[in-house]
Amino acid sequence: MAIKRSIGEKIFDAFNILAMIFLIIVTLYPLLYVIFASVSTPSRLIKHEGILLAPLGFQLGAYKLVFRNPMITKGYLNTLFVVTVGTTVNIIMTSLGAYVLSRKGLYWKNLMMFIIVFTMFFGGGMIPTYLLVRSLKLTDTLWALIVPGAISTYNMIIMRTSFMSIPDSLEESARIDGAKDLTILFKIVIPLSLPVIAVMILFYGVGHWNAWFSALIYLRKRELYPLQLILREVLISSDTTQMLAGLAGMDLEPIAETVKYATIVIATLPILCIYPFLQKYFVKGVMIGALKG
Amino acid sequence: MAKSAAGKVNGNVVSQNSKINKNNLRHVIVKDFKKNKMIYLLAVPVLAYYIIFHYGPMYGVIIAFKNFTPARGILGSPWVGFRWFQEFFSSYYFGRLLRNTLLINIYSLIFSFPAPIFLALLLNELRNQKFKKVVQTISYLPHFISLVVICGMIVNFTARDGILNDIIAFFGGERTTMLLRPELFRTIYVASGIWQGVGWGSIIYLAALAGIDIELYQAAVIDGANRWHQVWHVTLPGILPTIVILLIMRIGSLMSVGYEKIILLYNSSIYETADVISTFVYRKGLLEANYSYSSAVGLFNSVINFLLLIIANWISRKVNETSLW
Repeated sequence: MAIKRSIGEKIFDAFNILAMIFLIIVTLYPLLYVIFASVSTPSRLIKHEGILLAPLGFQLGAYKLVFRNPMITKGYLNTLFVVTVGTTVNIIMTSLGAYVLSRKGLYWKNLMMFIIVFTMFFGGGMIPTYLLVRSLKLTDTLWALIVPGAISTYNMIIMRTSFMSIPDSLEESARIDGAKDLTILFKIVIPLSLPVIAVMILFYGVGHWNAWFSALIYLRKRELYPLQLILREVLISSDTTQMLAGLAGMDLEPIAETVKYATIVIATLPILCIYPFLQKYFVKGVMIGALKG
Repeated sequence: MAKSAAGKVNGNVVSQNSKINKNNLRHVIVKDFKKNKMIYLLAVPVLAYYIIFHYGPMYGVIIAFKNFTPARGILGSPWVGFRWFQEFFSSYYFGRLLRNTLLINIYSLIFSFPAPIFLALLLNELRNQKFKKVVQTISYLPHFISLVVICGMIVNFTARDGILNDIIAFFGGERTTMLLRPELFRTIYVASGIWQGVGWGSIIYLAALAGIDIELYQAAVIDGANRWHQVWHVTLPGILPTIVILLIMRIGSLMSVGYEKIILLYNSSIYETADVISTFVYRKGLLEANYSYSSAVGLFNSVINFLLLIIANWISRKVNETSLW
């Protein structure tokens, strides 16, 4: 970098930095707007036009209304169940599959590999899957959100690549010491693959947290709804009647507006808080996936 | 790459085995099974999962050729041949759904596909590493926000009194509920997709950029290349294989759309541009319980997708000697 920069390069660098600052603003501003709006005084927010650079007044009434709503707390609990149990199932099944496919010299390995990889390119589709889940009596249980997606083939292939990168010598010396396949899995492969398993926990966990569509098609009972499905009612169908129940005699429309924004914050905050700490693991996951391609 | 090499080795083993006579073959299988009993036992739940939840629906898709009623079941329902396919192809919806599905994908291909490449190139040119880290961290963030929340924000921002309309009104434009205007739907869909995905999509290109040999740049500088030349002659060729692979995968999914997002955003007044094949399958199948008809439409879509992927991969093998499998 000892070479002097030409004027053209300096202009480019300046433009590049401006472009990046623009990107930061465009990415962050909508999120800031949501936070500002959620704590603004409802009557002032509804009259306001244009960009918000700071909250209009300050109140936490909208948050109180959201937390008072039993559907939100119920939704949170349902989501927590699906995230913890679902991710556990995912990790067990994915590591089993990855371990089997990472073994060398299995006679049926190519056939198993084909059976599994083929499903990445072709499937029965939405309706036959729905009918299958219904005929297994999984509908209207939270298991419908867990079992049909127990393995993501893509994640399993990533994990297999990582398992295969463990040096053979380790395994061979363990075999000489009399270790069997299960011992090798639990004493060698898994302890050496903790980073990739952590990445998988994050991928699956965030996936469960954000999922809503399978809940929409498999669940009829409202008390089973995960958080995202409640959010959909509040944010998209604009159904805030439940939250505003008992506020008779007040001008509800402005309050409904702040309640929506408060709901977004409450549903997104957990992910955004842990995100900066976990970011490098996520990125690592993408990298492992890229190496395979 | 490691995968394909391993596949070849195993392929040789299998083809050698096929030459050995049958008795020997049985011997090999029995010996393999005895030696790897535990492995095969561990494979049981995994294979069971794939057979039930992936091959089960593939078997269930035969209802596309039947007049399925839940009471009669898959086997008991009478065959109707290609009736549902004919009905779909001759219906008013067919042209509209095909057009919408393809157009949304083509717009994404033109705008969403190159966006992360540009971002990665720009990030790569930043001199201040700390600033680069900050930009990266912020740009990955929207990827983790749930689709429901993203769409909730879109609905609120594009509403009559939303912030986008505030800005339009400030410049003298007219306020409208943007999600009720068919001509705006594709723009909203693609633009919000870029907003959410550009940072995350750039990671894979940044990884490819990091893999370019520094000596290539040094050699280019000695040859008198300025930064623009370096980007054009070293950086871009360096990430070209990655771009090609991702482009192939993108073309292979030219007929599949992120329908979850469309279901969250659309409404009957913009079906004209927003309704795609998968959202139609969802409405016909799950809301109106036309199981056979919607399975047929879905099957049509999956078969086209499958063929597109095979063609794209074949082309890439010819042109680039890179292949997905």
